[in-house]
Amino acid sequence: MSSTTIQIISRSKYYNWLVKNLFSSWVNTILTVIALIFVYQVGSFFLNWAIFDADFRYNFQGELIIDRGFCSKNIMPGEYGACWAIIFARWNQFMYGLYPIEEAWRVNLIYALLPLAIIGILFDKIPFRRYFIYFTFIFPFLAYFMLYGGPGLSVVGTNKWGGLLVTLFLGVTGIGLAFPLSILLALGRRSKMPIIKSLCVVFIEFIRGVPLITLLFTANVMLPLFLPDGVNPDNLLRALVAVTLFQSAYMAEAIRGGLQAIPRGQVEAAQSLGLSYWQTTRKIVLPQALKIAIPPIVNTCIGLFKDTSLVLIIGLFDLLGIGRAALADMTWTKLYYEVYVFISLVFFIFCFGMSRYSLYLEKKLKTDNS
Amino acid sequence: MQTNFFRKIIFDEKSRSLLIQTLVIGIFALFIYLITQQTAYNLEKRGISSGFDFLHISAGYDISIRLIPFTSEDTHLRAYFVGLLNTLMIAVCGCFLATIIGFLVGIIRLSSNWLFRNIAYVYVEFTRNVPVLVQIILYYSILLNLPKIKQAIVIFDNFYLTNRGFFSPSPIFKDGFSIVAWSLVIAIIFTFFLKRFLKKKQEETGKQYPTFMINSAIIIFTPIIFYYIMGMPLEFDSPVLKGFNFKGGMVIRPEFLGMLFGLSIYTAAFISETVRSGIISVSKGQREASQALGLKSNFIMRLIIIPQALRVIIPPLTSQYLNLTKNSSLGIAIGYADLVHGFGGISLNQTGRAIEIMMMVMLTYLTISLTISFFMNLYNKSVQFKGNA
Repeated sequence: MSSTTIQIISRSKYYNWLVKNLFSSWVNTILTVIALIFVYQVGSFFLNWAIFDADFRYNFQGELIIDRGFCSKNIMPGEYGACWAIIFARWNQFMYGLYPIEEAWRVNLIYALLPLAIIGILFDKIPFRRYFIYFTFIFPFLAYFMLYGGPGLSVVGTNKWGGLLVTLFLGVTGIGLAFPLSILLALGRRSKMPIIKSLCVVFIEFIRGVPLITLLFTANVMLPLFLPDGVNPDNLLRALVAVTLFQSAYMAEAIRGGLQAIPRGQVEAAQSLGLSYWQTTRKIVLPQALKIAIPPIVNTCIGLFKDTSLVLIIGLFDLLGIGRAALADMTWTKLYYEVYVFISLVFFIFCFGMSRYSLYLEKKLKTDNS
Repeated sequence: MQTNFFRKIIFDEKSRSLLIQTLVIGIFALFIYLITQQTAYNLEKRGISSGFDFLHISAGYDISIRLIPFTSEDTHLRAYFVGLLNTLMIAVCGCFLATIIGFLVGIIRLSSNWLFRNIAYVYVEFTRNVPVLVQIILYYSILLNLPKIKQAIVIFDNFYLTNRGFFSPSPIFKDGFSIVAWSLVIAIIFTFFLKRFLKKKQEETGKQYPTFMINSAIIIFTPIIFYYIMGMPLEFDSPVLKGFNFKGGMVIRPEFLGMLFGLSIYTAAFISETVRSGIISVSKGQREASQALGLKSNFIMRLIIIPQALRVIIPPLTSQYLNLTKNSSLGIAIGYADLVHGFGGISLNQTGRAIEIMMMVMLTYLTISLTISFFMNLYNKSVQFKGNA
């Protein structure tokens, strides 16, 4: 008697969930069936294409795929799915561009150290955080030395950089350089001095009003015109200038939101204690404002990271540029979906990670303040 | 005396801020001066002339996607307008489609059906975390992989889906069609007044009228009646396969479709999030209170939930429209002849007037952005809290 009761209860837990979430009414049941069919169709199609019927390095005859003629789907059309061999064949380019392969360990080292450099900023309750922060400040110089070269290391020009290296370089450096600039812009926009305020407003609104691609074009075509003869920044640097200015305007607006959320009483209290403007800003206002502004700042960073793909249009070889170059190669042409799906996946991993981090922060802030 | 003067400048807030601002202006002016000097010098050295006279020489290139006639003999100025119209066309179509998809997905994300909700969630996460440029190129390559013209996919007999675009019958307007069009305009204006009148009457008498149904009927049936009165002044020219291409009808090119899908699918993911948060933001008590008053569920949605949700939705929706418009400049990647591709790209390469052309392009985008903000702000004001509160 008692055992059957328990059984009913334990079964009804799942049963209740199913009824409540999937079969609560006739309409809902029909919707569930339609959704199931949809998921099955799309899911099986995609999984078959991407995994079960796909070639990785070898085709169905067990041969190593060295060009697209070896892809199973080209030998037996209609029978096989994706041919991921193009990704394996071009792996080095996707990761390093045209970086000399015997020097690629330098890039790998920087890839490996990058998480250590940013972990101190991302999480505030890790052991030895202070040393991580020190490392964060050393890292840009280390990265410059390792990637570009210098005494003891051969110089690798930025025209040889490509793939994930360019994407990450533009993303991380753009965000890093834009951050201090955006704080100044946000403070300037809230300044009481009319000229400084209007300069900041015009700058921010101008940058936010035009597409990034026009800024990239401008930097690419016009920067050489603005500068004296000897100074001729290379393409990557020009793109970096445009990306930094672009990001700083968006980040400034996110920070301004944080600044506006600080009650006036905080500033007034600090002033009545005799703190100067910069003391008030540095010790009272900014620490609180930035904390509030971090989630929107992270959102602008996600946007920027995605927007780095635009440098393809001014002829740089970021991930997407390398992908298109691979497709232009006669031996691999026509494998569009493989290349674009792979690139999408790489971007997805980074951006989804950042958006999860932003959600985690929002949750943490909520509990902190209550 | 002199120390006092310096003390005053440094410690008096007003004079200090004056000093700082003068310095900033000075540095800024010097910066601008140096740049213009250097630019003038560089331009002269490279033999690049400047000025806007190039706008009146013939462009020498063709634009396949155009709303107004354009040949290679037309001027760069006309190329600018062709590009501008293409940018506006993709922006308007994109915003329209993105709003529809976005609202649908946003509502589905709040559905009580777990599976439905999570399909929408997967859609949102996968589309908003992949760059819009990658998506545009991906959708474009899918469109280019459609069957060739000879093996076109036929939809409803007269529509053809091919790798060269979507072919459909084009309307031919005969005499008297303008009357049908005018009747539609007049019907819309009439329903506007009718709505006011019925609302006033409802306030006086308390009797409810099916205003929406009446007005829809008027708007739909007036032009249909006039269409038959005028003797059906509309015919369709269907595309017919002749040789290697279709003759007649009209075609929507894959470049346009690729842009449209890329922009609207990407932006819709963001819009759906704002819609979802807008609906969530309306407190549960509002729904419960209106249920307690005995309102039917569609009235609750229309009169209570949506007006309040719109207040939260409109500002972020505006910035999504702005983003979509700015992202429409990515047409250059797949050869959609928008402002940046045609005028900002080909014209720039041919004339070498980088400064003038980039300035015109940027100012145009600024103007579009400011105009959208202006109108959305007007609309926003109309849905915000009214009265003294």
